[in-house]
Amino acid sequence: MEHPVTVENLTVAYHQKPVLREVEFSVPKGKLIGIVGPNGAGKSTLIKSILGLIPRASGEVQIFGKPYKQERRRIGYVPQRESVDWDFPTSALDVVLMGRYGHIGWFRRPSSKDKALAMSALEKVGMADYADRQISQLSGGQQQRVFLARALAQDAEIYFMDEPFVGVDAATEKAIIALLTELKHQGKTVLVVHHDLQTVTEYFDWVLLLNIRLIEFGPTEEVFTAENLQKTYGGRLSLLQESGNLSAFKA
Amino acid sequence: MESLWLILSDPNTRWVLAACVLLGLSSGVLGCFALLRKHSLLGDAFAHAALPGICIAFMLVGSKSITLFLIGAVVAGLLAAACIQAITRYSRIKEDTALGLVLSVFFGFGIVLLTKIQQSANGNQSGLDSFLFGKAASLVGTDVKVMMGVAAVLLFVCWLFFKEFKLLSFDPGFGRGLGLPMGLFNALLMLLIVLAVVIGLQAVGVVLMAAMLIIPALAARYWTERLDRMIVLAGLFGALSGAAGTLVSSLTYNMPTGPVIVLCATALFLLSLIVAPQRGLAVKGMRRIKLRSRIAEENLLQSLYDLAEKDLLAGRLRPGIGYRIAQLIERRPTAPKAALRTLRRLHRDGLVKRVGAAQGLETRWMLTDKGGELAYELTLHQRMWEIFNMYEGVLGSFKWDGRQGGLAEQLPPEVLQEVDRLLDAHELKPRLTFAGGGRA
Repeated sequence: MEHPVTVENLTVAYHQKPVLREVEFSVPKGKLIGIVGPNGAGKSTLIKSILGLIPRASGEVQIFGKPYKQERRRIGYVPQRESVDWDFPTSALDVVLMGRYGHIGWFRRPSSKDKALAMSALEKVGMADYADRQISQLSGGQQQRVFLARALAQDAEIYFMDEPFVGVDAATEKAIIALLTELKHQGKTVLVVHHDLQTVTEYFDWVLLLNIRLIEFGPTEEVFTAENLQKTYGGRLSLLQESGNLSAFKA
Repeated sequence: MESLWLILSDPNTRWVLAACVLLGLSSGVLGCFALLRKHSLLGDAFAHAALPGICIAFMLVGSKSITLFLIGAVVAGLLAAACIQAITRYSRIKEDTALGLVLSVFFGFGIVLLTKIQQSANGNQSGLDSFLFGKAASLVGTDVKVMMGVAAVLLFVCWLFFKEFKLLSFDPGFGRGLGLPMGLFNALLMLLIVLAVVIGLQAVGVVLMAAMLIIPALAARYWTERLDRMIVLAGLFGALSGAAGTLVSSLTYNMPTGPVIVLCATALFLLSLIVAPQRGLAVKGMRRIKLRSRIAEENLLQSLYDLAEKDLLAGRLRPGIGYRIAQLIERRPTAPKAALRTLRRLHRDGLVKRVGAAQGLETRWMLTDKGGELAYELTLHQRMWEIFNMYEGVLGSFKWDGRQGGLAEQLPPEVLQEVDRLLDAHELKPRLTFAGGGRA
């Protein structure tokens, strides 16, 4: 079987201290995968190092069996919303168009076809009415949707998303999850950094439990067990459970 | 006007004018990217670092040549950029400190070299000290021709790589993810900024050049929400400052051109700061005053509602019952005069009416039906919000966005239902309804 993403022996270190140690896994095609673990477990670092945004101390990443650099176009990335300055003088449509830059090539301006694609990506996330809006005037959830639309416009086969549900309203969270499910049905592979344990079984087919090293990776029903969570979160889990009971009401 | 014409007929002045327009144009355009990349101070570091480069170029050749000065300044500027990057990467020193460090060390070294040159045999004719504060009058035709060439290249490259520079300024990480060589574009942009700084040095000087990079771009940001327009505007503002500065200083005896150019740019910035639509202080101030009076109005409506509701619950509510200003102030403290002003506004809008004034009693106020409906909605919203905040841990995290309508429109239906139940449980549901409005 062809694996969209294969990670071998990945280690990342900041100032000598390892933040990811010997992580190895192969991602199956057409799955919605949650990357779950405590704060400081290296969830974002895992994504960023796979994408080459931060240097790896060691390790190989293969995309569809080929080196990452050759297949970069097939990967879409949705960074954390806070990673950019939203007071940038540009419109929502313009940000989505940036997703086309890899296809457009140097010097050239976006064509009307690129604009149509960007517009349809905005429609898919329910933001078509906001195309001309300056991005600082959008709410947090809307900004997240714009980022998602930008990744859609990229027309990739594998998507990496860094905490797309942070600071968004319930409606946006539902819209995002519906969209990710649709991507999955189109045969695309989606990896999402996620920290809300309660929604894991509802949202994801597969789970990657991470705490510096890879704890477990597999189908949610097999892997997302109390025992594995104990291994991932250690003593911190009891605390989470308590707050989990409190918020049991949440739909 | 006549004296202006006279001045412009002097070919030297025309060269100076052309040079100052060019330097304003190119620093304005490149300044946009520096500003948006949060690299405003980098221009300052480049400008100061250029001085030793210029001095060394002079010492090597022994004569003044703008092309050589350019090369020296660019090399020194790039060396400074490399130093800043190396310091931030290999030590614990942060970028702002590294900038300050490199800037002062390079500048100090430049001053040492400058002093050395001036003490030497051909030092007096060198005129290198004009690079410190700028001396536009020292510009000659050949200098300006070189400047024109450099400025043309700068603008062309910016136009060519507009899309890439935009991505670099907004989200370089995403650009790298797309497989675009962001490091290369970054280096190119740095080189362009160094060039823009260097061509302005002779006219504006090492000390003030950073201002020309920042101020026109900052002023332009106030007028538009589009990068392409911002760049065009910043270029215009820069060019305009250059032209105005040259003319003002040549009309006035013994006025230095460079500083006047910077002052002209500053005047444009101050104008933008105050009168720009959307972002200008004047508009913002107006908006704040409007908001304040709207809050005062809403507070009074809610106070009237609270008082009436209390009477309703106590079985005292009669038709036509009104409340004194003192009672309203007691509920939500404001100055009596301000309260009266607000009541008059509400009265004008038909939201409240006076009762009792005819009988010679102290004026009392009550809600009209229209005002009552509004007060009901406001009170309901406020109490829902209180409940939501009380039970936020249970109801789940949610960020209310006031620009997208009320709480009731934005909360998911099941949460809204729960809020409604909790309102009842806490006896906070607004009880008083008005004709035609309010959902009891």
